[in-house]
Amino acid sequence: MPTHLENETELVAEARAGSAEAFTTLVNQYDRNIYRLALNITGNPEDAEDVLQETFLKAYTNLGRFEGHSRFYTWLVRIGVNESLMKLRRRHADRWVSLDAPVETDEQETLPREVEDWGENPEQQYARRELADILAEELRKLDPAFRTVIVLRDMENFSTEETAALLNLSVPAVKSRLLRARLKIRERLNKYFKRG
Amino acid sequence: MNCQEVVRWLTDYLDGELDATLLETLEAHLRDCDDCRIVVDTTRKTIELYCRCEPLPLPPGVRERLDAALARRLSQRGA
Ligand SMILES: [Zn+2]
Repeated sequence: MPTHLENETELVAEARAGSAEAFTTLVNQYDRNIYRLALNITGNPEDAEDVLQETFLKAYTNLGRFEGHSRFYTWLVRIGVNESLMKLRRRHADRWVSLDAPVETDEQETLPREVEDWGENPEQQYARRELADILAEELRKLDPAFRTVIVLRDMENFSTEETAALLNLSVPAVKSRLLRARLKIRERLNKYFKRG
Repeated sequence: MNCQEVVRWLTDYLDGELDATLLETLEAHLRDCDDCRIVVDTTRKTIELYCRCEPLPLPPGVRERLDAALARRLSQRGA
């Protein structure tokens, strides 16, 4: 989750009153996060750019409906997640599985197969850009139902309850996906970070 | 608690949402089981890696095209 602007409430009010400058400040604060979120959910740079534009255009058009009960950023993420899921659905219409379809839990499958310890400071083994690429690439290999919960819960740091609300899922459904997603990612990252 | 149960409670454990009794039995298991300790530790590191990962700058041209799209919309509003 990005740092929030101290004067965010005023900026939103000014943008609602028609200030292009205030709206631009809000856009510049959050565009990188919305782009990353869209890229990680859709897995496609073109789609991510469309989502980025749609999110801010919709936010601008609907500013009057933003009631200030949540953070402005949470509201943007809600728009961004919906736009991303629409892209995903359109591109994979042939094999689209609804995100809220129950995921069967096979306990055997969940059990870690490879147990290998990692070095002390995994992030210091790679340059920042390289690490970001590794994390994004392994995330993209996960099923959308799993990667969306990682994006919201672990990258954007929304709570389990907020993640459930953003995805229209129940809290237990988010928890069960999160568990499997984290375990799968952990296993995939073994090859980069294992000791020795 | 056995290894399978540790895995079942892993997310609640790492998110600090286990009640005191479960927490105690889970940590007792971790003291005796190297495999589970490694799984817990590397899963925690996985979460930290994603959590600390800052978004990269936008690819070239993306911000310019976003600005242009917004400018078109903003100018319509004034009209
Ligand atoms: Zn064990």
